[in-house]
Amino acid sequence: MSTTSEPGRQQTGEVDILEELKAELAQDLDEERPPHAGPLAQVAAGLVTLALGLAGTVLSLGYGLGSLTEPGPGLWPFAVAVAVTALSLAQIAFGRSAQDTEQFTRSSVLTGLGVLSLVGLAALLPVIGFEVPSLVLMVVWLRFLGGESWRMTAVVSVVTVAAFYALFVLALSIPLPRLI
Amino acid sequence: MDFTPIIDGFGIVLQPTNLLYCLVGVVIGMLIGVLPGLGPAATIAILLPITYGIEPVSAIIMLAGIFYGAQYGGTITSVLLRLPGEASSVVTVFDGFAMAKQGRAGAALGIAAIGSFIGGTVSIIGLSVLAPVVAGYALDFGPPEYAALGLLGVLLVSTVGNGGKLKAIIAAAIGLLIATVGRDSFTGAERFTFGNLNLADGIDFVPIAMGLFGLGEILYNLEENHKKVHAPAKVTKVWPSRQDLSDSKGAIARGSGIGFGLGVLPGGGAVLSSLVAYAVEKRRAKQPERFGRGAIEGVAAPETANNAAATSSFIPLLTLGIPANATMALMFGALLIQGVQPGPQLVDTHPDIFWGVINSMYIGNILLLIMSIPMVGVFVRILKVRPAILAPITALITMLGVYTVNNSVFDIYLVIVFGVIGYLMKKFGFDPGPMVLAFVLGTLIESSARQSLLIFGGDPTGFLTRPISGTILAAIVAVAIFPLVRRAIRAKRGEPAGAPAPTEASPAPVPDRETTEAK
Repeated sequence: MSTTSEPGRQQTGEVDILEELKAELAQDLDEERPPHAGPLAQVAAGLVTLALGLAGTVLSLGYGLGSLTEPGPGLWPFAVAVAVTALSLAQIAFGRSAQDTEQFTRSSVLTGLGVLSLVGLAALLPVIGFEVPSLVLMVVWLRFLGGESWRMTAVVSVVTVAAFYALFVLALSIPLPRLI
Repeated sequence: MDFTPIIDGFGIVLQPTNLLYCLVGVVIGMLIGVLPGLGPAATIAILLPITYGIEPVSAIIMLAGIFYGAQYGGTITSVLLRLPGEASSVVTVFDGFAMAKQGRAGAALGIAAIGSFIGGTVSIIGLSVLAPVVAGYALDFGPPEYAALGLLGVLLVSTVGNGGKLKAIIAAAIGLLIATVGRDSFTGAERFTFGNLNLADGIDFVPIAMGLFGLGEILYNLEENHKKVHAPAKVTKVWPSRQDLSDSKGAIARGSGIGFGLGVLPGGGAVLSSLVAYAVEKRRAKQPERFGRGAIEGVAAPETANNAAATSSFIPLLTLGIPANATMALMFGALLIQGVQPGPQLVDTHPDIFWGVINSMYIGNILLLIMSIPMVGVFVRILKVRPAILAPITALITMLGVYTVNNSVFDIYLVIVFGVIGYLMKKFGFDPGPMVLAFVLGTLIESSARQSLLIFGGDPTGFLTRPISGTILAAIVAVAIFPLVRRAIRAKRGEPAGAPAPTEASPAPVPDRETTEAK
């Protein structure tokens, strides 16, 4: 912090090197990021956290605040939830022009598919063991999300699942649900 | 100073198992530093389940190795591809890539490795000397001090650095709220459990960390276009010349000091220190215009500083039990999993862990120096592995790994939920780091605050009249007010309206916390 911690120490007009550096970096990285999502997303983000804050406030009131001599179970959550609420209001009021959000693009669909395949794995794991769902997950991610060739997909997914079998089942004898 | 525990610590490190875990840790660290995508916080989060099965000392030695190993590895992609493999090497890109274009990639990597080694070693020595002293003082801390210190830690981690500070604080406050889920330890009342038995004991740290850091990161990376072909520059002559060494020795010396100092501060850490070290060299330079065009000091300074900081950020964790950044919050969690409570008593109750971990860093740094200079070619070749191939493997490790902790499918769903939350947080500009840190510290802050109120007989001014907690609270106020003051001064000086005001979110967050991987 040594270079920035004394505000006003520099002459007017001389730009802080550290700030300049950060701006340059931000710009550099900006080129590779999707465009920012605009004021609506900022307000939406604030509304979500506001809802959490309000819910927390109401619920913790119900748990009982007690007194300072004898704090109830709700006192601390109440204080924190009120802080979340106040900060969220500040975000909605002042944060609209910030550019730190990212738009959802067509490739966000990939993330959605990825999440679905993970849920599928979790659902099938206790039913048919880990081998087949793992193999399916690997194929989906490699071929359809990653755009690898079929040959690459086949080799990497079979080798990976075999390695997991060797590691978890044979070497560490961890009780994973399994087919074989 | 009694040296017996330190020497015993070396005995622990030199046991073959611990040496092996140290080697495994630094190799993984080096690899994930080189590979784009996962950073050290995500990797440590994903590997948390492994630590259940091994000895506490070995586990922490390995996780620490991943953390400082990544600081070495991150350099390679910064220099060769202009892609920082790790957030703390972002600033190395400027001069490192310029040097590579001039055919001096080898010298850049070499000086970075030597700087990292010196910075790391200086910092370990500082850690060995300073940590027991700090722990000695901290033994006098009572609940009011811990409540204040915990709050200060959360606040500093949220506000130091760039990006949306308001959002970071909101994320931290929500982390504090999540920490209250479950049975209240004072009254036994259930909070935010909605009658769900799985929630009565509170939400486990492991699924939260694995979801927010690990899976969130993986899902976020799925979206990026990874079709780019990696064609790293050729690396020859990794040993820097005599001229290179004499040009950068000042930068390495200052980088060590800056890194050590900033690493100790909560919220400081590797990323901030690399930026500050670079800025200091540029300001000191006789010809600052050389920077950005292949100045070797521009590589030496940040790479030295990030390693020194990675090491010294263990001080607050090992001596106060307060993690200084998100990665240290994971270490804190890993220690708790092992039944070890980090804090001032650690040096006396678990000298094996305390000195074992510190001394393992000497060995780890030597191993990393070997991997970074003679063996650097191996790691350069690894750059050709496509992220699309790694993503499903890491996802599978996460899913199966979390299952093995409690043999529970509920935990897998929990990780997926927190993974999606982590992904959305990144899309909407919230850093998950402060949230995890606040979650980890939440219980400590609440119980210390409530114990303090009991001590004070319900009088909250007691926090202010005790000298240490009063000072810490004054620091909290200073941290909260400083940006406003600075903004006011800037406004008074009549800077144009568009000037970057630190209280507002600046354009596109610079990844300068441990968790915001640059990639």
